[in-house]
Amino acid sequence: MFLKKVALISAIAVMTGSAATACEISARVSIVGNEFPAIQTVGAGAQECSGAEVSTNLTKDHQSINVPGMQGNPAEYTSAIVANSSIVALMNEDVIRPLDDLVAKHGKDLQSSQLIKIDGKVMAVAFMANAQHLMYRSDVLDQIGVEPPSTYEDMLAAAQMIRDQGIMDNPIGGAYASGWNLAQEFNNMFLGYGGSHFKAGTAEPSVNNAAGVQTLEMMKSLSAYMNPDFLTHDSNATNAEYRAGNIALLNMWGSRAASQTTADGVTDAVKNGHAIAGPMTVGGGSAPASTLWWDGWTVAKNISDEEAEATFIALVNAIRPSKMEDEAIRTQAVWLIDGYQPTDAAIGVFEAAKMGTTPYPMLPYMGLLHSALGNELSDFMQGKESAEQALADVEAAYVAAAKEKGFLN
Amino acid sequence: MRHSTFFWFFLPTAAAMILFIALPIVSVVFQSIYAPHPAVLVEVETCTPLVGCTTETAVDQDATRQLRESQPLGRFVGLDIFLDRGHLATGEMGEAWVDTDSWGAFFNRLSNLPFYRAMGFTLTFIIFVTPFVILLGLLIALAVNALHQSLRGLAIFFSLLPFVVTPIIGGLVLYWMIDSRGILGKAIQWLVADPDLSLKASTGLMWIALIVWGIWHAAPFAFVIFYAGLQTLPKDQIEAAQIDGATRFQQVRYVIVPHLLPLITFVTLIQLMDNFKVFEPIIAFQAAAHAQSLSYFIYNDLQGETRQLSSAASTSVLTILGVAILLSPVLVRTWRDFKGKM
Repeated sequence: MFLKKVALISAIAVMTGSAATACEISARVSIVGNEFPAIQTVGAGAQECSGAEVSTNLTKDHQSINVPGMQGNPAEYTSAIVANSSIVALMNEDVIRPLDDLVAKHGKDLQSSQLIKIDGKVMAVAFMANAQHLMYRSDVLDQIGVEPPSTYEDMLAAAQMIRDQGIMDNPIGGAYASGWNLAQEFNNMFLGYGGSHFKAGTAEPSVNNAAGVQTLEMMKSLSAYMNPDFLTHDSNATNAEYRAGNIALLNMWGSRAASQTTADGVTDAVKNGHAIAGPMTVGGGSAPASTLWWDGWTVAKNISDEEAEATFIALVNAIRPSKMEDEAIRTQAVWLIDGYQPTDAAIGVFEAAKMGTTPYPMLPYMGLLHSALGNELSDFMQGKESAEQALADVEAAYVAAAKEKGFLN
Repeated sequence: MRHSTFFWFFLPTAAAMILFIALPIVSVVFQSIYAPHPAVLVEVETCTPLVGCTTETAVDQDATRQLRESQPLGRFVGLDIFLDRGHLATGEMGEAWVDTDSWGAFFNRLSNLPFYRAMGFTLTFIIFVTPFVILLGLLIALAVNALHQSLRGLAIFFSLLPFVVTPIIGGLVLYWMIDSRGILGKAIQWLVADPDLSLKASTGLMWIALIVWGIWHAAPFAFVIFYAGLQTLPKDQIEAAQIDGATRFQQVRYVIVPHLLPLITFVTLIQLMDNFKVFEPIIAFQAAAHAQSLSYFIYNDLQGETRQLSSAASTSVLTILGVAILLSPVLVRTWRDFKGKM
């Protein structure tokens, strides 16, 4: 009965949706972006428009191709779907245009909170929020008789109990793959310990300090409860471990919460036991050890005004409020769209926002520090060097890169 | 040949070489001695969902554009990038020399610097892969050559497969096989009776896996070259050796190998070059935590949100120099042989 109702509602939604879609465009639209489900939905929504070709290139390598693909004139991509980290690269290279005039003309369905304003100009339109937060197996935690952990210290204690009782050998999962993922986990934990990546108001790094050392020690403690191959596990591999029932506790992206139990090959135990909660704190701090993100779209600078307008219309169409009537779409993300009713899968991200999670730093030189962290921390995680040495290496690698890019003298 | 005939005959080749080899090298050298302008930063108000408005640092676009237009090449930095920590790290090396009092401690400090660590892996990779590729290639060639005519086609086809498979795909196949739940990973756990053993978590085992991949992938290349060479081996020489009572090993040692020597030199040259640029297995095996190479650095500099063109260009120049140094002994020998024949 319930299913029937859902089917009926979504059928009506699709019909009203398509009836309302009078999306006509007159110039080409070409979108580059990440590949997770919500962005696939946005891409498909833009492709509903008729009148001109709408192409999408949704790939996890989007960060490597969006800047080169928008630097040409005319640009290959008329829009890049970005997050707070990746918009910085587009801003640094000056390849996206202010959208104020288009917002005034075609943006009546957008909420003012969706507009990313930099120096008073609208540079992107956000459509979803994201954060990493706890996902866990409620059945496993019931079995050992503990509440879902709210701190990383509790997580370690729970993991020890799961291991002691012989339920799982390596109960904790984490996207600790050497590179971007490992650095992101460092960022989360570092902010949780009250760290700040740069000396205030400068591009000088400040990770080699007490908070940095505590961060690395906590990461090392967690990794002792992870699959020994953790340095090769990115988000996808970590989720595969979770779906296979090999891990019970993980810090994972909210944007992947809904698809956690719907993928192929998920065991029944995982389907029934899957639960989510807000991000954890660490070291007695009040700010969660996580970062707050938004995802949104931009419009390229080096394209004709017609193409920019068509791109804007198609992407507004993709995130129109009537989309929120579709249950399947609603569960995909924490949408920032008017009319969005949070689903169960959204609890984690909403908790993150409520707890005052720090946004990922939108600084022109943050990317350099992130990649230095990604390259230099794996030695410590393998036990080859001390935390202090690893952090000194991070700062030295960052300083070399920042000097080259002209951020430091 | 008359000079003018030679000139017109050689012109297309020369043009192609200038266009595709000389100019890119000149461009890379230029990019390595120039770096982006100093960033002009401003404090701007930034408004984002769920957070509200905050003051953030951003790049001043107008000022940056003016700087770029006045000096499109960027800022001249000379050899600064070559000498920084990401490359030759001369400053760090000097400090390590002063701070340490034994060679072991010095090399330990050196191995913490990206360039020297990458060199450590790359040279190990070359030292193991190159001779094994040649040896294995020769053995396969001899084995296939000894087969009955009707079986040779099939044998050549199967022996060539590792070389036909796209390197990164071959790497991924092996990567999943050596996973701690993969067929090879499990087999090794069983062999050494250690159920927690993980190839991917151990630097030493990862290096071995990468080297095995290198040999597996390149041996067919050596095989094809040597097999072609074996077809030109004069029958009477082998027969003469047999009449003289040479064993099978002696025939290989004193007749076949000397006959194939120019080809062995050729394969060595190509292998030295290829192995110095080792890249695909590091990506396929997600081995960056254990092993890096100069090509991996270039890839790493150019991908993601921070494109470090000057750094990538400097690493490219260092790669060219590295290949030149590696090949110099072989090239000098070839030149001497050539002079000797004149």
